[in-house]
Amino acid sequence: MKQKINQIISDYGADRNRLMDILLDIHDVQGYVDKEDIKLLSESLGISTAEVNETVSFYHFFSDKPRAKFNIYLNNGITAHMSGRQAVKEALEHACGINFGQVSDDGMFGLFDTSCIGMNDQDPAALINDVVFTHLTPYRVEKLISGLREGKELKEVIYESYGDGHNADPDVQSMVYNHIRKGSILLNKDYERFEVLKKELAKYSPQDVIQTIEDSNLRGRGGAGFPTGMKWRFGRLVDGEHRIIICNADEGEPGTFKDRVMLTEFPDLVFEGMVIAAYATGADIGLVYLRYEYKYLLKYLNKILAEMRKQNLLGKSINGVKDFNFDIRIQLGAGAYVCGEESALIESLEGKRGEPRDKPPFPVEKGYRELPTIVNNVETLASAVRILKNGAEWYSSFGTKDSTGTKLLSISGDCKFPGIYEVEWGTSITEVLEMCGADDVQAIQVGGPSGMLIGPRDFDNLTSSELMKWYKPSGMMVAEKFFDRKLSYSDLPTGGSMIIFNNDRELLRDVVMNFMDFFIEESCGSCSTCRNLPFIMKKKLEKILNGHGVRQDIDDLLSWGKTLKVSRCGLGQTAGNPILTSILNFRHLYEQHVQAMADYDNLFDITKSVEAANKFVGRKTEFHQSN
Amino acid sequence: MVKKVIATTSLAGCFGCHMSLLDIDERILDLIELVEFNKSPIDDIKKFTKRVDIGIIEGGCCNSENVEVLKYFRENCDVLVSLGECAIMGGLPALRNGIPIEECIQEAYIDGPTVQLNSKKILPNDPELPMLLDNVYPCHEIVKIDYFLPGCPPRADLIWDALVALITGKEMDLPYEVVKFD
Repeated sequence: MKQKINQIISDYGADRNRLMDILLDIHDVQGYVDKEDIKLLSESLGISTAEVNETVSFYHFFSDKPRAKFNIYLNNGITAHMSGRQAVKEALEHACGINFGQVSDDGMFGLFDTSCIGMNDQDPAALINDVVFTHLTPYRVEKLISGLREGKELKEVIYESYGDGHNADPDVQSMVYNHIRKGSILLNKDYERFEVLKKELAKYSPQDVIQTIEDSNLRGRGGAGFPTGMKWRFGRLVDGEHRIIICNADEGEPGTFKDRVMLTEFPDLVFEGMVIAAYATGADIGLVYLRYEYKYLLKYLNKILAEMRKQNLLGKSINGVKDFNFDIRIQLGAGAYVCGEESALIESLEGKRGEPRDKPPFPVEKGYRELPTIVNNVETLASAVRILKNGAEWYSSFGTKDSTGTKLLSISGDCKFPGIYEVEWGTSITEVLEMCGADDVQAIQVGGPSGMLIGPRDFDNLTSSELMKWYKPSGMMVAEKFFDRKLSYSDLPTGGSMIIFNNDRELLRDVVMNFMDFFIEESCGSCSTCRNLPFIMKKKLEKILNGHGVRQDIDDLLSWGKTLKVSRCGLGQTAGNPILTSILNFRHLYEQHVQAMADYDNLFDITKSVEAANKFVGRKTEFHQSN
Repeated sequence: MVKKVIATTSLAGCFGCHMSLLDIDERILDLIELVEFNKSPIDDIKKFTKRVDIGIIEGGCCNSENVEVLKYFRENCDVLVSLGECAIMGGLPALRNGIPIEECIQEAYIDGPTVQLNSKKILPNDPELPMLLDNVYPCHEIVKIDYFLPGCPPRADLIWDALVALITGKEMDLPYEVVKFD
C-alpha cells in the first residue's frame, strides 16, 4: 500500500497544492488516510504533519480511520426530513444492524449523516460511496441492502431506470432526474455546440467581449450578484504571470441544485463560457471546483473536455487565435459548504483547509497561488455564452432594469412540481408558487438557510427594506428600495433556492433548528463569532421551544445576531439568518412559546453540573457559604 | 451628581477585557469623576460594601466559584453587563465543551505531555478548591444579564461608550466598525 501511495504522490509531482487530489486518490484505493500516511505525505510534500492533518480533518468525505466497503451518507437536509427521512434512517439502521455514525463489524456498511447533497427535488437521497440514490423508502432500503449483501455491485441495485436526459449517458448512469419544468433562454437546446467559440469569438476583441458583458448587465448568479463584466475588467487589469478562471461548481446551499442540472444537460455551455472568460481576461488556466457530491458527473465532464481539446477549443492557439492558450482541469472537493465561498474555494484548490481569507486583497488581485483569479458561478458562465451569441441588447430585454436576463430557480418542498424553473428576473413570488403548484403555503425559504424565511404577507406587496437589512450575502450591499416582492437584486435577491413549507410544518422546531444545525456543522471555526454564536443561539431557541423562554430571549437573539456580521465570510455573516428572519416574519411563533410573566428563567442546576467532575476526582459535592 | 457605583470581576476569562478597560487611557480620569468603584480587581475590594449600579462581568463560568461570584454580583448590582466573548459565549475556555470533563481532567493532570511532577497521579480534590462544572457556561445561562458588549476583547472605545451611555441614560450606538474579535 505504501508503494501505491508513493506512486500517487509522484503522479501529482509531490506538489502540496494537489493535496486534495492526492488524498482523494488515496481514499479511492485505501478508504482512509491514517497517521502513517500523514507522516509519509508530510515528508514527501515538504509540509508539516499538522498541515496535512488540517486538510484531512476538515472535509466530510475524508477519514482517518478505516471505513466500510459501502459508506452510506444520508442527506440530512430539511427536504429529506419532510419526505420521510426518519423512516429511511430507521430502515437503514435495522437493515445494516448498526446506528448512524458507526461501521458494521464485518466492514460492509457504514452509516453517516451528511449535509445537503443537492437532490432536494428527489429526497430522501443518499450517497453510497459515490453513487446517488434518490427517493429512498424503507422498502427500497431493504432491497438495496440485501442486494449489496448478496454481492451485487452498486450500479446493479439502482432500483429503477436511469434518470432523464444525460443522466442516462453511459458515462453518468445515474438515477438522478433533472426535473426541468420551465426553460427559457438559458435552458434551451437551440444551441449548436461551441457555436460561439467556433464562429463568433474571433470577431470580437477581448475588450469587446467585456464591453458586451458589461452592457448586458449580467450579475453573478451564485447569489452575491457582483457585476460580471466589471469582475472580468478588473481581472484583465491586474498583472500576473498567469491568470486563472475558476468555475464555482461547489453548489452547497441547501435547496440549490440548478448547477447540477446545468452540468448534466449543458456542461458544454459552461465550459464554453469559461473559454470566453479566458479570452476576455487573458487567462491561461481554468479550474472547475466540483463538489464531491457530484462526483458521478466527473467522467462525463472530463470526456467533454477531452473532446474540446481534440477540436482545438482548449489547448494552444485555441480555434486558430494566435497565442490564445487555455485549458481546464476539474478539481473535486471533499464535502465542505464553506468552500462555495470563493476565497475558501481557492484555499481548497491549493490543497488546504477551506478557510476563507481576509479581504482585501480580493481573488481578482491575489487568488489561486497569489495570481489574479476570476471566480464565476456555473450559471453565470453559461449565460455569458448566450449573451455573446445574441447580444447585450437582446439579453437585457429580459428581466428588469437592474436585474437583466433570467434566473434558474431550484424549487423544492411542499409543491406539486419540484424542480428547475428558469424565470425572468422580476417574476413575483405568487407567480412562482402558481408555476410549481404550491397552495396552502405557510412560508418559503428564499436563498437557502443563509437567505430568508418569508411568509404570505411578503408574497405580493411588502417593502423590502427591512428584509434587506438581513440579506447581505458575502458583504455585497444591496440597494434598499421599496418594491413589491419580486425576484430581483433590488428586492428579493436569490442564488436560486426556494424551499416551500405548507401549514402542517413546524417552522421553528423542524425548519429553523435544521438550518441552525447546518451552520453549526459547516462553520470552519476560524472566527469566534461564527464558531460559537449559532450554537448559543440554537440553545436559546431550544430553551424557548421547551417553554423556558422569556421575552428578553427573543430580543437577545436579535441583538446577538448583529454581532455575526463581523465574521470574515458570508457563511458566518448569515449564520443567524434562520433565526433572525423567522423572528422578523413569524414573531408570533416565538411569542406563543415564551412565558408571559417570567423575567428570567434558566435550566442550570449546579449540583448536577459538578457531579461528573467530582465523581472522577473522588470528592463529595459540598457547597460552602462564603459571602 | 451622585456618582454611579461600578463593580467588575473576571470569571473564566483572561483579564484581557479588564486590560481593554484600562485602554481608555487618560479618560479613566474622566471616568473617576463620574463613577466610584466597589468590588473590583481595580481597587481590590473583595466584598460589596454597598448597592452597585453597574456590574461588569468578564469571562464565563467554568467552576462553582465562578457561579457563586456571578450570583453574588446579580444580587448586588442593578444592571449586569456581560463583557466580551467569554462572558457572552464561553469563549476559548468553552472549547472543552465538546469533550467529557473526565477526559479533560485526565489530560490536564495525568496524560498531558507537560505533566511531569505529578508522579503520584493525584487528581485535585481538596474541599477548598472550586468544583469543576461539566461545561463552561456563558453568564446569561446562570443569571439574568441585561446587556452584552461583544468583542475579544471589546475595544476600549466600545467600553467607554457603553459606560457613558449607561451612566447618562442615553442610547448608545454600536456601529459595525467598533465590534472586533481577535
